[in-house]
Amino acid sequence: MLSLNNVEVIYDGVILVLKGVSLSVREGGITTLLGANGAGKTTTLKAISGLLRSERGEVTKGSIEFKGARIDRLAPHEIVARGIVQVFEGRRVFEHLTTEENLVAGAHVQPDRRKVQEGIARVYEYFPRLRERRTIQSGYLSGGEQQMLVIGRALMANPQVMLLDEPSLGLAPMLVEEIFAIVREMNRREKLTVLLVEQNAALALQIAEQGYVMENGRIVLDGPADALRENADIKEFYLGLTEVGARKSYRDVKHYKRRKRWLS
Amino acid sequence: MVEWQFTLLLLSNGLLIGLMYSLIALGFVLVYKATDAINFAQGEFVMIAGFVVAVALGAYGAPLWLAVPLGLAAMVAFGFGLERVMLRRLIGRPIIAVVMATIGLAAILRGVGPLTWGAETKPLVLPISDEPFILGPLFVPPIQLLGASVSIVFLGVFGWFFLKSRKGIAMRAIADSQQVAMAMGINVERYFALAWAMTGVVSALGGVIWGSMLGVDVHLSLVGFKVFPVVILGGLDSIPGAILGGLIVGVVENVAAGYVDPYVGGGTKDFAPYVLMILALMIRPYGIFGKRIIERV
Repeated sequence: MLSLNNVEVIYDGVILVLKGVSLSVREGGITTLLGANGAGKTTTLKAISGLLRSERGEVTKGSIEFKGARIDRLAPHEIVARGIVQVFEGRRVFEHLTTEENLVAGAHVQPDRRKVQEGIARVYEYFPRLRERRTIQSGYLSGGEQQMLVIGRALMANPQVMLLDEPSLGLAPMLVEEIFAIVREMNRREKLTVLLVEQNAALALQIAEQGYVMENGRIVLDGPADALRENADIKEFYLGLTEVGARKSYRDVKHYKRRKRWLS
Repeated sequence: MVEWQFTLLLLSNGLLIGLMYSLIALGFVLVYKATDAINFAQGEFVMIAGFVVAVALGAYGAPLWLAVPLGLAAMVAFGFGLERVMLRRLIGRPIIAVVMATIGLAAILRGVGPLTWGAETKPLVLPISDEPFILGPLFVPPIQLLGASVSIVFLGVFGWFFLKSRKGIAMRAIADSQQVAMAMGINVERYFALAWAMTGVVSALGGVIWGSMLGVDVHLSLVGFKVFPVVILGGLDSIPGAILGGLIVGVVENVAAGYVDPYVGGGTKDFAPYVLMILALMIRPYGIFGKRIIERV
């Protein structure tokens, strides 16, 4: 449905961030993109949503296709209109707008007023807590509520694909599980395709069915989520487990470096 | 005249004039709210609008019902064009780039206006009488009443627009974060153009009203200087702030002119609002209704 073919991204005309990334996102599924800080995960999402250009980045090679049409030359609002919407990391609410105004702003591509109201009702159904906070300036919501709001706001655009960037960042574990459960629910009920970027590999591989691992601007591993969960390297580097299931100690750091070299 | 009557007169005049300042400040606020650009050419916008309407009325003998819409259309086109040609290229640059660009623009307009339409003061006559209404102790010139009414109507309309309409919400979203707004499918550039066009509308109205009071020449652009105390007092991005700031500035300069001028020989009107502005900056830098940076702890 959505595929990247050998995509190269350069920032400021000189900094090579993505070095030929290829991945494909299956319709109706949850695909996860794992990797450490600075691996290029967020850049990959921004390449898809067309937001690179506002940061002086550019897709210089390769192509991005959505339902058979190239989208890597489109403006961000055209891409949203086609049904792909990105949720930024770091809970970027419109902080001076109320909760409900945030949702209205999210429905900007929806011309029909009645559908906007239906959309708001749908978001409140998924996130009942937001209904109670509808008139509060969103800058004053709690972290968890803000994360719910940005996901709900993205849902307002009625997307076919949601690009979710680190929804777990800085939230309490219980809240993270709640939000992940809702994402899975949205995936099932709305037939929403999700591309999930995460550092929390354990959680991401639980809800995803397909996974990619990025390092240094390249995809270094990919496969079905359960296969990745069983992969020795993933276990070691991303889930923090050794083969016997004990935590890794710093004594083995050398070993880590040696193994990692062939990965990148 | 009795003392309290004199005071009341100063106050009522101040409030009416203040509303007219609010109208012009509204133009400034609209642009700042949506695009974060500080428009130092606001007064020059008003002057250009005044020129267009005065010349259409005077030199071409156009009727008023034609001249005013013509001024409106010209200023909307001017706003759109300006955004397309100059300001769009400055998006994402440091704020000083936009500031300097609009200061430069102001100087150019002050030159081009008189160059195109002649330097002499042109009358802009509205078909209303000069006879003041006498309401008890108050004398109210009809033009001030008209100006204040137009101001109230448009402040109300734009206030509603930002607060309730979907386009207004989108504009406020852009003001919070351009990048996130883009990610929500909001065509940011189109809204920037819309904001400048709305400033064009407000400037055209301001041009007609102020032009009919002061006459139209290059000095008409000086009303732009009153915008800064108004918006600093009220808050750079607040429509209620523009109203309140305008009222305060109008009253302060009138009262200062009424009570202090006789002792110092005049001129307090022009600097009293600025004294107030500096005080405001020291006490409440984001203005009375200005947006505060929200920090969650």
